[in-house]
Amino acid sequence: MYLSYLLPPLAIAGLATALAIIILLAERYLMDYGEVELKVNDKLYKVKGGSTVLSTLKQEKIFIPSACGGRATCAYCKVTAVKGFGEVLPTEAPLLTKEDLTKNVRLACQIKVKNNCEIRIPDELFSIREFRARVDSITDLTYDIKHFIFRLLSPPEIEYKPGQYIQFQSQPYGDVSDSVYRAYSMCGLASERNQVELMVRLVPEGICTTYMFKHLKAGNEVIITGPYGDFYLRDSNRRMVCIAGGSGMAPIRAILLAMTPEEIERRRPIFFFGARSRKDLFLVDEWREFEARHPAFKFVPALSGPEPDDDWTGATGRITDVVAQFVPDAKDCEGYLCGSPGMLNACVEILCKLGVDEEQIYYDKFA
Amino acid sequence: MQEIGAFVIFFASIFTSNILLTNFLGMCSYLSVSREIKTAWGLGIAVVFVMTITSIANYVVYYNILVPLKLEYLEYIAFIIVIAALVQVVEMIIERTSDRLYASLGIFLPLITVNCAVLGAALFLIIRKYDFYQSLAYGAGSGIGWMLAIMALAGIRAKMSRRSKVIPALEGPGIVLIITGIIALGFIGFSGIVQIN
Repeated sequence: MYLSYLLPPLAIAGLATALAIIILLAERYLMDYGEVELKVNDKLYKVKGGSTVLSTLKQEKIFIPSACGGRATCAYCKVTAVKGFGEVLPTEAPLLTKEDLTKNVRLACQIKVKNNCEIRIPDELFSIREFRARVDSITDLTYDIKHFIFRLLSPPEIEYKPGQYIQFQSQPYGDVSDSVYRAYSMCGLASERNQVELMVRLVPEGICTTYMFKHLKAGNEVIITGPYGDFYLRDSNRRMVCIAGGSGMAPIRAILLAMTPEEIERRRPIFFFGARSRKDLFLVDEWREFEARHPAFKFVPALSGPEPDDDWTGATGRITDVVAQFVPDAKDCEGYLCGSPGMLNACVEILCKLGVDEEQIYYDKFA
Repeated sequence: MQEIGAFVIFFASIFTSNILLTNFLGMCSYLSVSREIKTAWGLGIAVVFVMTITSIANYVVYYNILVPLKLEYLEYIAFIIVIAALVQVVEMIIERTSDRLYASLGIFLPLITVNCAVLGAALFLIIRKYDFYQSLAYGAGSGIGWMLAIMALAGIRAKMSRRSKVIPALEGPGIVLIITGIIALGFIGFSGIVQIN
């Protein structure tokens, strides 16, 4: 009697269990690649096969830049696959350029280490470390930009070139069950090796910035990796034209603060900072002080749409027009730019028009 | 059991009783993955693969487990579990054995788990009381038929994207459904040859 009620669920449960066992067995025997050799540049690693290159390297403490967490959307994790990786997968194809294909460049988050294989990565990536750090302070710079200071716990020191960035790992909160990595430029003194300073603008609906603004408190522990990036001061005698908007001030600040008085004398930097109205401006006093200390440096804040009660007497208009007005001839200049893609493209265009060699314009584009 | 040869069923399920064009099953992936011939081919091959294997597996599960226990009414749940599990195993086998095949099929396999044509084929072969070989022929034939239909559509869409001006209101799924209707009419032309049902 009871059997007729119990039989159907038991049958389905039995079927499901049998299939689950088949899947587990298949995983156990088919997906076990054993220990394989992964050659990275000239170093040989013995690793457990079966995972993606990105996560295998992470276990070996080599950190490849990745912003999307291995979902094949950001295309930061490109590496050169020398041998052992087979054909391009449909998931990577849309993100690889023709040049990538001819040079065997692949996405580290998609290709898997299945047998002895070899990849090449830029040498700088070997110096990237994972840091545990504690939030030291969080202060408001404007209504939507905050200044974060992290004290490094282990390893206790970071060595980086001013202008480079780190990746910050957010923790799950509220409805967000994933932890994601996002890139932020360091804005502090590179000589203060035991801490990392960031300027972060709140992105509406942004997973990571919402976490940093709403959930992160002083004293919390966080994970950061770095340093990454090829935005840093190039050695030359050319004049520096720096242009930034919003939190794009961060890498420019790191670069300028790290320069010696002699360098500032020689390079005569001029820093254009674009904002909409006075409420988007920050650290103006700090830059005025810097200006007073270094007569060769000039700070030009420019407002594109000052409010009537802003009482603004400084430069107004689009940042490109202000740059053209202050640096009419820029033949001997070098550009350092950081900001939104739209602003950057316009600035690169105007600098080229003013005589800067495009090769000598360095920038950090917000993705 | 019906007295139709397995080969006849194989032929009929490709042309005259094409599962997509006569039953309109598996439409979602058919509409969304038919922009390029290359990806349509990848998905088509994956469907042939999965449909053949799951048809046999579901035949075995139905006649050897559900029928003896008099639990035929559980066929929907049982078939769905079998399809989902088998697709996983097939994916692992392909990943292990052939990089080439995995590169072209890899991302399509999980997509097929929820393709209703796969479940539809399994249900039809039970309703029509096919025997083992007929089921095998029907599964493989339906898969090939589905692939044929999506390849035909992808070819037409690829040509259209270069040459035709579609009125804005019909762009995308609209015009695709009209084209599918015309292809289906074309396939009716085969129905004089052989008929199963």
